[in-house]
Amino acid sequence: MPGYLDPGFDTLALHAGASPDPSTGARAVPIHLSTSFVFESSEQAASLFNLERAGHVYSRISNPTNAVLEQRISALEGGIGAIATASGQAALHLAIATLLDAGSHIVASSAIYGGSHNLLHYTLRRFGIETTFVAPSDLQAWRAALRPNTRLLFGETVGNPGLDVLDIAAVADIAHGAGVPLLVDSTLTSPWLLKPLEHGADLVYHSATKFLSGHGTVIGGLVVDGGSFDWQASGRFTQLSEAYAGFHDMVFTEESTVGAFLLRARREGLRDFGACMSPHTAWLILQGLETLPLRMARHMGNTEKVVEFLSAQAMVARVRHPMLASHPSHALAQRLLPRGAGSVFSFDLKGSRAQGAAFVDALKVFSHLANVGDCRSLVIHPASTTHFRMDDAALAAAGIAQGTIRLSIGLEDPADLIDDLRRALKAAEKAGG
Amino acid sequence: MQILVQGHSTYCYTGGRPFDPQKPTALFIHGVLHDHSVWILQTRYLAHHGWNVLALDLPGHGRSAGEPPASVEQAADFVAELMQAAGLAKAALIGHSWGSLIALEAAARLKDCISHAALVGTAFPMRVSAALLEAAQNEPLKAIAMINQFSRSTLAPPPSVLGPGTWVDGASIALNKRILASNRQFNLLHRGFVACDRYDRGLAAIEELTCPLLFVLGQVDQMTPLKAAQGLIAHARARGQSVEVASVPVGHHEMAEAPEATLAALRGFLASRHQRSV
Repeated sequence: MPGYLDPGFDTLALHAGASPDPSTGARAVPIHLSTSFVFESSEQAASLFNLERAGHVYSRISNPTNAVLEQRISALEGGIGAIATASGQAALHLAIATLLDAGSHIVASSAIYGGSHNLLHYTLRRFGIETTFVAPSDLQAWRAALRPNTRLLFGETVGNPGLDVLDIAAVADIAHGAGVPLLVDSTLTSPWLLKPLEHGADLVYHSATKFLSGHGTVIGGLVVDGGSFDWQASGRFTQLSEAYAGFHDMVFTEESTVGAFLLRARREGLRDFGACMSPHTAWLILQGLETLPLRMARHMGNTEKVVEFLSAQAMVARVRHPMLASHPSHALAQRLLPRGAGSVFSFDLKGSRAQGAAFVDALKVFSHLANVGDCRSLVIHPASTTHFRMDDAALAAAGIAQGTIRLSIGLEDPADLIDDLRRALKAAEKAGG
Repeated sequence: MQILVQGHSTYCYTGGRPFDPQKPTALFIHGVLHDHSVWILQTRYLAHHGWNVLALDLPGHGRSAGEPPASVEQAADFVAELMQAAGLAKAALIGHSWGSLIALEAAARLKDCISHAALVGTAFPMRVSAALLEAAQNEPLKAIAMINQFSRSTLAPPPSVLGPGTWVDGASIALNKRILASNRQFNLLHRGFVACDRYDRGLAAIEELTCPLLFVLGQVDQMTPLKAAQGLIAHARARGQSVEVASVPVGHHEMAEAPEATLAALRGFLASRHQRSV
């Protein structure tokens, strides 16, 4: 029943977690730029430290502005709570560090953000956590990669760079059959397009730097717990189901039947690793979230027009977007992402690396930079930037050609975006002689 | 800790402190599709402030084995047997919603063995609408959505059961689903609601009480509306019984949406009567 007690997505994007400030009447969320919070008494201080009562102590652990953001993203994702972190990478690390020890194993999609791949493939290996990468659509490969020490399955809602859509329910079934959770990076879709928890994922995280903040101004991350995974029953997560000497011998699964992950992630992860979010950053992300539904609708409308335009151009060899019937994930996207499969996608120019560079250099509305999910349209030529050290074979293995261009479609007038692309295509054609 | 009661293992959360029957005991009883964890911000505090805490999972719920109680009276008998099995001569009973009726009935039966009875989010009669009963039986997930919509009162809850950043509504729904799934043999939602709906001994139980009563009521509670507890309160007062009433500015999620006010009410009630009752 619509209304305050059963609000829709757009209402939650504006109101979840926030009410007028009781001390000032401020309607917008105040920015609580305070490292710490005064105790009412010594007795209250002790009980806050011992988790007997809930409240704010020190902004590395929690902060009132951050808490609004954490509640809001939880409401939008359908979770039980969230933790704001310094970046999306910090959110991924927090989730992994809370659940896995040295000697543990992850099965991950091979089509993930390069920064996540670096963490899993290189850095975590140094700490004794190994990862097996599998093609996201190959369900048999997910099953075959499971080991007795596997503790986590991980993928992105739409993969990088080809936008392979993750069959969340199917991969979640495999994870749950093995007694482990599924963690999903939902950065490129945002909850407006897809809520992974509704499809069986157990944990979701975002680089809030992208669509959630939406304006290319801040770095931040959010990890959301769906409260669905039974850590106790799994028997594989003694970090949560046995007494933790590092926090008063607390058994997190006894303290909270559904929220053990969040308890330990905040009480250990933020306390010890310290990758917390600035309250000012949280406020800017909240500003972005307030218009997320409006922005996402425009992102998708513009993307549809740009994809249609590019698909009809002679200089374009291939457009990789699941809205196209030619895309391998088209049917899955129709089912999981009826509002669209995101506004970050790539296409392949016919021609050389030099022509790709010429295309990028000719653009005026699109900004050439290494980010996505901005309100402004963005472009990057992987072969000459992020992947410039790779030879043709390595690029091909990564699904990248010499002429591959990645776009992040923003909120400008679509006619201006198409005009910009048309001029750049001509420049690329000329560069080919 | 696990206690063997009626031949079945019963889980009781002790608030992060060892079980110690030498201390005054506070025994917490949850409501329909809940478990011990709904009391986290009240039990943990009391356990670290002089109380021996037992927050149980009712039989057939969560971590407890056995057949789930089919009636308030059956559950009250279980509470009596639990106290006996745990070696407790006396305890304060604190119950929420269905658990408040169980606490009331158990207090009536156990008389001087009960030092205090605190009824949180209570009503008598605790009628459940036909539509909700029907949904509970045939579409429990729909019923869970309904009861959480009726239970919550704010989109901006304070730091709660998981600390700051808790989305109380989501946490409640997740717990309801988890507890529903914890028993494949019985529909715990429907069974609990039927037990609430059929309980008719509320006024009689009040008359049999020998302990002081506390009512903690949500001012905007749509599940057990404020007015629905007034009959019990008036009846107890008319009998000259000791009655305290604390109203908290929330709905039916008193412990999660108003953890501090709920704790303050319980703490004051238990402390003020402590000298006389133990």
